[in-house]
Amino acid sequence: MTLPPALRRLMDLGKQADRVVPPSGHTAWLTTFTAGAMTFLCIFALALSLASGRLASRWSDALARTATIRLAAPPDQMQVQTDAILSLLSTTPGVESARALTDEEARHLLEPWFGPDLPVEALPIPRLIEVVEADPGYDGEGLRQRLAAEAPGAVLDDHTRWRRPLAEAAGRLRLLGGLSILLIGATMAAMITLAANASLAANAQVIRVLRLVGARDSYIARAFVRRFTLRALTGAAIGALAGLIGVALLPDADAAGGFLTGLGFTGAGWLLPFLLPPLAAVVAFAATRRAAFQKLRELP
Amino acid sequence: MIAFENAAYNYGGGELLSEVSLRLAPGSFHFLTGPSGAGKTTLLKLAYAELLPTAGHVTLFDREVRGLSRDDIAHTRRRIGVVHQDVQFLDHLPLAANVQLPLTVAGKGGDLRDLKDLLSWVGLGHLADALPPTLSGGERQRAALARAVIMDPDVILADEPTGNVDWEMSLRLLTLLVELNRMGKTIVVATHDLNLIRQAKAQVPARVLRISRRRIQLAGADL
Ligand SMILES: Nc1ncnc2c1ncn2[C@@H]1O[C@H](COP(=O)(O)OP(=O)(O)O)[C@@H](O)[C@H]1O
Ligand SMILES: [Mg+2]
Repeated sequence: MTLPPALRRLMDLGKQADRVVPPSGHTAWLTTFTAGAMTFLCIFALALSLASGRLASRWSDALARTATIRLAAPPDQMQVQTDAILSLLSTTPGVESARALTDEEARHLLEPWFGPDLPVEALPIPRLIEVVEADPGYDGEGLRQRLAAEAPGAVLDDHTRWRRPLAEAAGRLRLLGGLSILLIGATMAAMITLAANASLAANAQVIRVLRLVGARDSYIARAFVRRFTLRALTGAAIGALAGLIGVALLPDADAAGGFLTGLGFTGAGWLLPFLLPPLAAVVAFAATRRAAFQKLRELP
Repeated sequence: MIAFENAAYNYGGGELLSEVSLRLAPGSFHFLTGPSGAGKTTLLKLAYAELLPTAGHVTLFDREVRGLSRDDIAHTRRRIGVVHQDVQFLDHLPLAANVQLPLTVAGKGGDLRDLKDLLSWVGLGHLADALPPTLSGGERQRAALARAVIMDPDVILADEPTGNVDWEMSLRLLTLLVELNRMGKTIVVATHDLNLIRQAKAQVPARVLRISRRRIQLAGADL
């Protein structure tokens, strides 16, 4: 593998700077461990977030914003009641539009069951009225009561409505997953800052010597930043691998499954976990750099 | 080069140094003397910007120290070699790497042959791979001097370089400093060892600055 010269120079300089700070003691693995554990958790938060996102969009797509009113009435009453219902609907808040299906459409709907030659006119089949819901929607219970008063034979069928709170819950769950990822990232930054500060304090003597022989702050910081960034990268790579194995081992989706078995990555989603180690490295880089410069400014 | 103009320093309990005015001419050799606690170390710290004057001005290479950024200070220190009173090294690196440290942090590769020459000049050629904690007091002082000169600085400040070494070693260190002065370096040596000053004056035209009652005075030739 060949690195671009600029990058190689940076790595070399960093390696060189790294040597002037003594290899740290028994706390070195803490950063690696933290980054690993946090990335592991992050994988699951990510899986949760993606799965609930998929669920939310699937469910809200399924929520065709339509309902059906079935009207059963004696033939001579049919048209009167249909008109009454339509005018009632036209004044109901939350209803965008409503129309009665024509006999032709009704025949079309029934065709699969009764064949093309069904004499619809002669049969006492109910009249169907399609209701398109506005946003926000109508009050289902209120509409039912008013229908009962106007046309006792009318039944409002809005079976898809119950899914709406579920779709909302899934949306919130996705948000929560995203929030968890942010919190995990912030926690990792905080822990790495603490570890970096401990390391800087333990090496105060070394930093003093370096300053006195003319080292710039950026040179001294680089030694610490490089070290912590590499540790975080290593830890996060291990954590991501473990998390991915964990997710891959979840049972496959089956009919009984629903939400829990959908908790995996699909398609390009499998690439997201691979972004986590570089992201952890960036977090470690920024946190250590900040801590180092803050500490260095306190020294002469 | 290094100039003080009415400079004062105060650690918080009243002024330790007041109205210090002096100008180090290029190639000069100064001793800085005075009783223990008089402020010799403090004055040297002002001269390499580890401390900033609490009043007056200190100018390093024509720039007022208060106007220097942290990076400027780092660059200035590369032009001033310092042998600190409490010599400190990176204990995990061998002597050679320690002596080379100013070059390393400046991002300059050192010539290994020059490093060897330098180490043998201070008589430590055989200890290149030794770790600092294993060195004696005299060896540490000479290593510190080697580290101070490796960047080929214009000025060398030595704070009690003979503080805890025997007389023979003191003379040896003095000889090194005199040699450096003959090479054109500006030298300041803080010491309370009057014998050392007498020895030096036999070899170079050294001037003696004495800190007395917070002020700096040019001491007479009667030392
Ligand atoms: N960091 C400090 N804080 C407060 N007082 C100090 C500090 N460093 C030195 N001093 C005091 O300043 C005085 C001069 O110290 P120093 O410059 O080291 O004198 P010298 O080198 O001549 O022995 C001493 O009384 C010392 O206690
Ligand atoms: Mg002193």
